[in-house]
Amino acid sequence: MANDHTSEDNNPIARRNFLLGAGTAVAAGLSSPAAAAAQQRGQAQAAPQPANDETFLTLTATEVAFFSAAADTMIPADELSPSGTACGVVTFIDRQLAGAWGTGAKMYRSGPFRKGKPEQGYQLPLTPREFFAAGILATNAWSRQTRGKDFDRLAPQERESALKELEAGKAALGDFNGRQFFAALLQITMEGFFADPIYGGNRNKAAWRMVGYPGLPAVYSNLIEEYRNKRYYAEPQSIADFS
Amino acid sequence: MATRLKEVDAVMVGMGWTGSIMARELTKAGLTVIGLERGPDLTPGEHFALPNIRDELKYTFRKELVQDPALETITFRHHRSEEALPMRRMGSFLPGNSVGGAANHWGGLHWRYLPSDHLCRSHIVERYGAKVIPEDMTIQDWAMSYDELEPYYDKFDRLCGVSGKAGNLRGRKIEGGNIFEGPRQNEYPNPPLKMTESALMFEKAARELGYHPFPQPISNASRAYTNIEGLTLGACQYCGHCDKAGCEANAKAGPQVCLLPLLRAEPRFTLRPRAWVSRLLYDKAARKVSGVVFTDTRTGEEYEQPAGLVVLSAYVFGNISLLFHSGIGEPYDPISGTGVVGRNYCYQLSRMGVTMFFENKEFNPFMGAPGSAMALDDIDGDNFDHSGLGFLGGARFACGHADGRPIGYRPVPPGTPRWGAEWKKATAKWYHHAASIAVSGSNYANRNHYLDLDPTYKDQLGRPLLRLTYNFVENDYKVMEYTVGVAAKIARAMNPTIMGPPRIRRGDYDIVPYQSTHNTGGTVMGTDPKTSVVNRYLQCWNADNLFIMGASTFPQQPAYNPTGPVGALAYWSAEAIVTKYLKSPGPLVHA
Amino acid sequence: MATMLKEVDAICVGVGWTGAILARELTKAGLNVVGLERGPKRTPREDFTLPAVRDDLKYAVRQELFQDTQTETVSLRHSASETALPIRRLGSFLPGTGVGGAGAHWNGVTWRLTPSDHNLRTHLQQRYGRDAIPAEMMIEDYPVSYEELEPSYDRFEKLCGISGKAGNLRGRIIAGGNVFEGPRQNEYPNKPLVQSMAGAVMEQAAKDLGYHPFPAPSANMSSPYTNPEGVTLGGCEYCGHCERFGCEANAKASPQACILPVLLTDPKFELRAYAYVKELVYDKQAKKVKAVRYVDTRSGEEFEQPAGLVVLGAYVFNNVLLMLTAGIGEPYDYRTGKGAIGRNYCYQVSGNGVTVFFEDKEINPFMAAGAHGTNLDDFNGDNFDHAGLGFFGGAWISAGPTNGRPILTRPVPPGTPRWGREWKRATAKWYNHAFSIGASGCNYSHRENFLDLDPTYKDALGRPLVRMTYNFRDNDYKMARYLGPVLDRIATAMRPAIKGNVNVRRGNYNVVPYQSTHNTGGTMMGADPKTSAVNRYCQAWDADNLFVMGASLFPQNASYNPTGLVGALAYWSADAITTRYLKAPGPLVPA
Repeated sequence: MANDHTSEDNNPIARRNFLLGAGTAVAAGLSSPAAAAAQQRGQAQAAPQPANDETFLTLTATEVAFFSAAADTMIPADELSPSGTACGVVTFIDRQLAGAWGTGAKMYRSGPFRKGKPEQGYQLPLTPREFFAAGILATNAWSRQTRGKDFDRLAPQERESALKELEAGKAALGDFNGRQFFAALLQITMEGFFADPIYGGNRNKAAWRMVGYPGLPAVYSNLIEEYRNKRYYAEPQSIADFS
Repeated sequence: MATRLKEVDAVMVGMGWTGSIMARELTKAGLTVIGLERGPDLTPGEHFALPNIRDELKYTFRKELVQDPALETITFRHHRSEEALPMRRMGSFLPGNSVGGAANHWGGLHWRYLPSDHLCRSHIVERYGAKVIPEDMTIQDWAMSYDELEPYYDKFDRLCGVSGKAGNLRGRKIEGGNIFEGPRQNEYPNPPLKMTESALMFEKAARELGYHPFPQPISNASRAYTNIEGLTLGACQYCGHCDKAGCEANAKAGPQVCLLPLLRAEPRFTLRPRAWVSRLLYDKAARKVSGVVFTDTRTGEEYEQPAGLVVLSAYVFGNISLLFHSGIGEPYDPISGTGVVGRNYCYQLSRMGVTMFFENKEFNPFMGAPGSAMALDDIDGDNFDHSGLGFLGGARFACGHADGRPIGYRPVPPGTPRWGAEWKKATAKWYHHAASIAVSGSNYANRNHYLDLDPTYKDQLGRPLLRLTYNFVENDYKVMEYTVGVAAKIARAMNPTIMGPPRIRRGDYDIVPYQSTHNTGGTVMGTDPKTSVVNRYLQCWNADNLFIMGASTFPQQPAYNPTGPVGALAYWSAEAIVTKYLKSPGPLVHA
Repeated sequence: MATMLKEVDAICVGVGWTGAILARELTKAGLNVVGLERGPKRTPREDFTLPAVRDDLKYAVRQELFQDTQTETVSLRHSASETALPIRRLGSFLPGTGVGGAGAHWNGVTWRLTPSDHNLRTHLQQRYGRDAIPAEMMIEDYPVSYEELEPSYDRFEKLCGISGKAGNLRGRIIAGGNVFEGPRQNEYPNKPLVQSMAGAVMEQAAKDLGYHPFPAPSANMSSPYTNPEGVTLGGCEYCGHCERFGCEANAKASPQACILPVLLTDPKFELRAYAYVKELVYDKQAKKVKAVRYVDTRSGEEFEQPAGLVVLGAYVFNNVLLMLTAGIGEPYDYRTGKGAIGRNYCYQVSGNGVTVFFEDKEINPFMAAGAHGTNLDDFNGDNFDHAGLGFFGGAWISAGPTNGRPILTRPVPPGTPRWGREWKRATAKWYNHAFSIGASGCNYSHRENFLDLDPTYKDALGRPLVRMTYNFRDNDYKMARYLGPVLDRIATAMRPAIKGNVNVRRGNYNVVPYQSTHNTGGTMMGADPKTSAVNRYCQAWDADNLFVMGASLFPQNASYNPTGLVGALAYWSADAITTRYLKAPGPLVPA
């Protein structure tokens, strides 16, 4: 078990200011203060970048920072596993949202759209990709309003309290359904933690190690009797290990 | 049921170029404005950032910034005797779907229409007699002249920081600019972009043949530029990713760069992304619209937004379908030729030209911008004598390099197989050594080309899709034949090692390959309510507080890209609203 | 329009369990049969291979093998006064698509109904009085008794090689089997599966309480088995990837594993995959179905396939849809109680359970099979006295994990947060030390639970969606409340370190969480053509050459998984067709 992940530093996720296009260095010559202020705000929003070297297919810098902060709060690093981001949860989310599922596969998407009861299930026109984009916007706006910063820039304890409010439906996300957003966020985070590593999450099968799930090949006909009421230990194996 | 919101002074339906211009002008005049945008909000710093913005697969092929046909598309047929089928994937044209609209992913070609384009029918009648216009060619004059619109063309030029070289400054012809253009008060705000080797070769050959090449006018800033709003654009990086992607350098003009930073800070303005307008609230008796109904796609909630003034600033198809869904104006009937909504749909003749291969030239096709090209207008509009030619209109030519992105750009000489060892060899050999003259032709209105509602297919909100009935006609084929012949002559003069066959469009209009996002007409402007939807101020004849923006107001389509006049018309209409309409609301032109 | 094909003897609409069984029986009788399946052809060797078949995300979470809601779904409302909304993502139930249907991805729990389930109305009236059944509870007798159907149950069990232990052999009650079952001619073809730790704990607790535990009847092979078709199934690997997955070991009975290898080599049978049946062509006058129309989804082409005999072997909703759109039979009207099609839609009352946690027991939940529990039937059907209880029916109770796949299976004690440090600790601690006891309850038909056509939403072929008007009713809630203390008693008897909360079904029916793919009714079988769609031989009252298969035949849903009865009815009907109908085509039961 990786002990170097036991301590969690108190810094919010660092953001990287990288590769600003030469053309964006246009600070010169703003003719009105209002224009300058407006444009600077635009620049400030351009800054956030995650602290790792990954390339993402669809997530923006702000979204990567948000998912990273959420994943590390939901799955903190401790003696049981590295953090959510270290386990590749954000990579997993990026690939899922960029792919067929994220863009609405296997989802009935015809209107009209009406507000339903919760028991009628998801009723928005947004694809999962769009739903998460909208949810992050709304959550960050709420976080700025209540805590002065985007969610990912909060201290760990603040992130935790923010997530709890979101989970309990106590976050005032305007008209956006924060509880529904939280449920989706929790679900995709857990999928990323526990799914086969072929999807980019569950790196080094950390989540499978944590619970003792052996993964593949899962052929137990000769073992099931022997291991009735006896712990079965095996090095977890992924689909990739057999491919 | 729909929740009724607090009334605002004005609502913009769509937040691309025209919605942004209108919102800016109306808030400056003291109005409270809400901008409704069906798609998400995008900000260049967040969404057009390096390195991901250089993703050809995502932006060009998977069409990241383009309207999703699962939400809304059109159905298409060549003739009204056929059954239309839905366009299930975007291809021929690529409307946008976010704050900034198609201007997020446009190439930036920024033209003014010719004075004779503004007087399309009367100019032709005057020069050639009424008989040359075929009976089914329903071209008509614009509702204002070039001279009237010039100050607004100029204003939009200065908003965008257009790079180019004037060819007609207040009547003085200037060699090296486009000598066919209408007189302009001012030189372009920015000098032309740097030219590619291919552009210079084209220029030389064309000039030797007696033509008048000039730098293609472009909304890619050739240097850092502060626009009339005090906002600064960066300098073009010649990245070769202009069309279909956003600009990380803030060098390509668009609402995101040229207007929205101010609007976002404007207390009288509210931007509401993911607000999909399903219909306008129309009081036929009062000839007024009282607001719009929209769905917040983040919540599924339906809202009614009352407004004193409604600006239709969606894409061409959005504008037309909203009129249909709201029962505003008489739908066009191709059999009787009566009715106006959906009438005079036009497009553009593209995918034409010649590709040339030069053994000893190095083009570096990936370095370039749409503006690092030389253009030619000698065979365009009515810049040449059409007597005896049997067609009207023409084409503009351009040569340069703006895109060496290799999924899409892989020129090989004629006869090369499309795969296999020989294909590989030819692709590797010629990638750096090919250049093309691109030809883009005008498309004049035809009685049988129109838009109406499809009887079968529905959009995501459950509304009927718009149905397009369209094909090329004889005039188009003749334009193509003639103009591509001229292009081939210039190509030969460029003396290539190998010259590809002239690409001439034959056969029916095909909705699959990309051609241009220059769909026009359907809510055309005019002086007669029997043949137009809006008057010269883009005010709807049937609802005086409804103003309709964009290329849907064009009565026909010259060979030029439409954005220049689209922006100019927005400023022109905005001024009429602010200086005339707000003082005494009512029809600005009496029918 | 549709291309007319050459007539065949018989068509099976859908090639899942029933389509495959009927196709096999009819070809054996000499008929030429075409199987039309909307989805792809899936073979275990190509599509269910290691390692890819162990992909939890792809199969269990992203629903690889299930019906695509983008193509077809159903809408739901809880009562007739509400507006139904489409089920946009599958959740509560998971119909299959593709050859093998849901039979490819089921768990394998294979029951017979009890004799009193077969004559439910009569039985309850006899035992509890003529007026005991509430008016709105529209339960009916099956028009075929347990004794009549027993040989067909037996045949299906032999086809599948069901693993289990008889509790009633020709009237002799056998301890260790299900003592409540009807008399069976033969022992199960396969011995029970290896008992799991959870099953052992359950068995002991149930025995301590005086109940009658027995191993779940399972279509997972306890040892390799050669069925009467000569096809050999492998032994179960206890891989924990049964439901929602295909079986790489050929150890789970399915059409692929049990029949298709024979059928596909039969020249009299032709399988057409990607053939999406759109409608039945019905001659009301002649009371015959003349043909079916289908779309080849690979080409978009539409075909009309005439046939002498049509077997409707699609999933419940499609059977109902095809009957309603063809106008066969009278649609059910809940206000008058008249009409047959869409009537008596039932589901299953699941979601009753309790999780138990043990410090000192190792459960190894990942070593498991799909139908691998230790069950008890003491509180099922009418196996216990309902006098004074205020409800009818009951549930089968079971313990034994079907999997330990950690995206979905992560038991934690009550009060544990859903994320964060504490959640991690609890998850790691309890993963291998917990299991659930579940009770799957019957669902008796109710006057206001029915299926009809949605007025608003359409599927990809442009047909209306099936609209489900459904909720749990008084009988269901009372039964669930009764089960709570029973579950608690069993859990307590296991002496766990922590006993989880006992959950019983409350609140509205919810389409989001998975419950069971045991939707039933809508084309029910019966003795009266006024209230049933088909007669006792599954022959449509209104089209004598149309035979309807599957759980849509059920007048109500016993607590048991439907596949055993579905398979038995298919053999029962096939027998009637081959021995009687083919000799003298016409109604087998006079109306």
